[in-house]
Amino acid sequence: MTAHELISRAKNTWCPGCGNFVIQHALKDVLTGMQAEGFPLETMVMVTGIGQHGKTFDFMNLNGFYSLHGRTIPVATGIRLSNPDLKVICLTGDGDSYAEGLDHLIFGAKRNLDITVLVYDNRVYGLTTGQYTPTSPHGYRGRSTPGGTKEYPFNPLELMLSSGASFIARGYTHRRDQLKRLIREALVHKGFSFIDVLQICATYNDMSRYYDARVYDWDETGTGDYTAAYKKAREWDYNNDARIGLGVMYRHEAPVFEEGYPVPHPLPPEEKRAWVRKIMDERG
Amino acid sequence: MAEREVSVLIGGRAGDGISSAGQIIAHLLARNGYRVYMYFDYPSLIKGGHNFAIIRAADEEIGAVREQVDFILALNQETLDLHRHRLRDGGVAIYDTGTVKQAEGIGIPVKEILAANDAPPVMGNSAIIGAFICAAGLTWDTATVVLKKSMPKETEKNIRIARRAYDLSEERKVIPVTGKPVLPVLTGNEAISIGLVEADLEMYFSYPMSPTSNILHFLAGYADDLHIRVIQPESEIAVVLMALGCSYAGTRAAVGTSGGGFCLMTESLSLAGIAELPVLVILGQRTGPSTGLATYSAQSDLHFALHAGHGEFPRLIIAPGDAGEARTWSRTALDLAWKYQVPAILLPDRLICEGLYSVEPDPEKRYAAGPVKADPGVHPYFRYAYTDSGISPLRFPPAGGEIIRVNSHVHDPDGITAEETGVTREMADKRMKKMEGLTREVDGLDPVNTGGVPDAATALLCWGSSKGVCGELAGKLGLRLIQPVVLWPFPEKAFARAMEGVEKFYAVETNQTGQLAMLVSMFGYIPAGKVLKYDGRPFMVDELEGLVNKVIS
Repeated sequence: MTAHELISRAKNTWCPGCGNFVIQHALKDVLTGMQAEGFPLETMVMVTGIGQHGKTFDFMNLNGFYSLHGRTIPVATGIRLSNPDLKVICLTGDGDSYAEGLDHLIFGAKRNLDITVLVYDNRVYGLTTGQYTPTSPHGYRGRSTPGGTKEYPFNPLELMLSSGASFIARGYTHRRDQLKRLIREALVHKGFSFIDVLQICATYNDMSRYYDARVYDWDETGTGDYTAAYKKAREWDYNNDARIGLGVMYRHEAPVFEEGYPVPHPLPPEEKRAWVRKIMDERG
Repeated sequence: MAEREVSVLIGGRAGDGISSAGQIIAHLLARNGYRVYMYFDYPSLIKGGHNFAIIRAADEEIGAVREQVDFILALNQETLDLHRHRLRDGGVAIYDTGTVKQAEGIGIPVKEILAANDAPPVMGNSAIIGAFICAAGLTWDTATVVLKKSMPKETEKNIRIARRAYDLSEERKVIPVTGKPVLPVLTGNEAISIGLVEADLEMYFSYPMSPTSNILHFLAGYADDLHIRVIQPESEIAVVLMALGCSYAGTRAAVGTSGGGFCLMTESLSLAGIAELPVLVILGQRTGPSTGLATYSAQSDLHFALHAGHGEFPRLIIAPGDAGEARTWSRTALDLAWKYQVPAILLPDRLICEGLYSVEPDPEKRYAAGPVKADPGVHPYFRYAYTDSGISPLRFPPAGGEIIRVNSHVHDPDGITAEETGVTREMADKRMKKMEGLTREVDGLDPVNTGGVPDAATALLCWGSSKGVCGELAGKLGLRLIQPVVLWPFPEKAFARAMEGVEKFYAVETNQTGQLAMLVSMFGYIPAGKVLKYDGRPFMVDELEGLVNKVIS
């Protein structure tokens, strides 16, 4: 499939300037590159939540499961358990995976499920027109919080680190080449790979100037060091005006969940009948 | 009416192993050619509190217990205090002299027997059972077969303890051998599990919740033998979504829960509806609303199952009436879910899940309809292709160059989100079209049971676990029994056949509002009266007889 063919016939309905375009095209470029190296695209499955990010499902020619708000990771778990030859990427939003589906995100990391989770973190609900999300800064004024939010954002990188994610990165939609590298490395990583993508919402939360003034690239040597990673995660708490590191924050090899549940060969019918007879005999 | 029957009550504190002891007694009676049913009553706690089981055995199939019993086996004083009134004239109490004072009957020094055998308190059951074997005149050799099977751990010690108590006991009320073939005894949960295995289940997901936790335990225990996988996810939300991920990728999955967990699943039930993903939910009903009575029964989730999930979509709802039906219909439910790509709900109640029943070891052939698979030569593949039946043939990823899309939004045949009026209506029609085939198919599967006196003009209408008690009573009172097993799609034709010649009928249900009565009234059948019970406990045979006589007269 060519890069062109990866983009579907569906009409694109994102706002002009939306960060989603950058992620979609980064994804497209990474997948075409992997395909050229022999990766069979037919084994790729995209699971999307509900939010502006979810429309990527329609806009690309990939196997996909357009799930519910916050509900990508359990679906991905089922797909991976069903067929571990399928490579699964969850596209999800900050409202999606940090609010409604937070438990699944934590459990995905805890299990070190071999999937990639890409969070379109624009720090605002776009589809429902501008309410605050778990990563919106304190005091964010949206349509549901005209007086400003009274709560502080949480730090998804710190959360993922403590939950057991084995690959943690942060990207930014104004750093497309870096984002492509991060997606690729996440897809190649064996285990739970997580990328928080700082993504601007052109309509409700355009933080381009804020991010541009603060982002810098992390030194990616020694990414297996948990303490160093923790320090990186804590540098910017999604609320203060600290520098914002980008790149791979943590990378670690660990056993993956699915390998504990390999797909068995079905029991032949006669053996199944023999098992039923054995049970009946025990209970007779 | 059974010519021969006997009832045994065994009681003690939670933690005394009353359930296992009850099962052993059920097996002992089954071994002597009886058809058995056991009701186990326990509060929601691990230690302390009063647990009891009533085991009723008869020379014909039964699914209910009586108020009165022939034997009381008391491991503590409370058991006698609470149940002494149940003992029939000539009935026998067998008790532990260490914990029960001044009782009539057969006293067994359980503590001393255990001490002599260096055995823990939980083995006190074996002593009481040993004494019962003697009191009931059951042959020791037959009994040891059961004891060996039932107590794989510390078998010899348990048998020694039972034998000591047997020797100290005396024959009081002989339970004769029926001469009928011995049938196996299963809980409803075990029967459901076996049915799922027979329907080629590949994965089972469940978050622990009474009364279906034992399906999780049973399948997990045999997972390696059966080449299946059993997973306990973080919530019922994750449970059902993992199952849907499996069905997208071609793996047969089922999930088990109760009302509270099913509440969490409803979002995904609706997803399964529009995305046309097969899944089977075992919804074991217990007393609600909310946490309700965690370990007691009810039939109060029929309308919940009927309406769960937003929007309109086809679904299948089946309420088995005993363990035998639970096995057959869980099998059929999984097959039908896959054939029609719909969510299916098996709706037993707690009395079936945790009740113990005699079952036919080798029931009729499996229904067995495979999923409709797509011809891999046809290009392009559309996951939601329009067909006459509404069933779009299935393919699973990876599928060569074909893109497999499933979507929670309204979508076009290719699975891409669509919002136009035409496709919205056409896809809704396509989905609902499947209901026509499903309805026809269900009609051919005997979806409505009849019993009692088949041509009687007065009928008892019931569903689920009330089948046993109503069937028995209908026979005795000269009434017809009507028990729909498939509740949705409502088997209109089969129900009409069952109702031919009925002038009036009474609904018997363990809920407060008469949920089945409401359902049949949608199809023009109005009951002359309702007998409802909603205290978490089952109708007992004699109790229901009084209630039915009152409402009929």
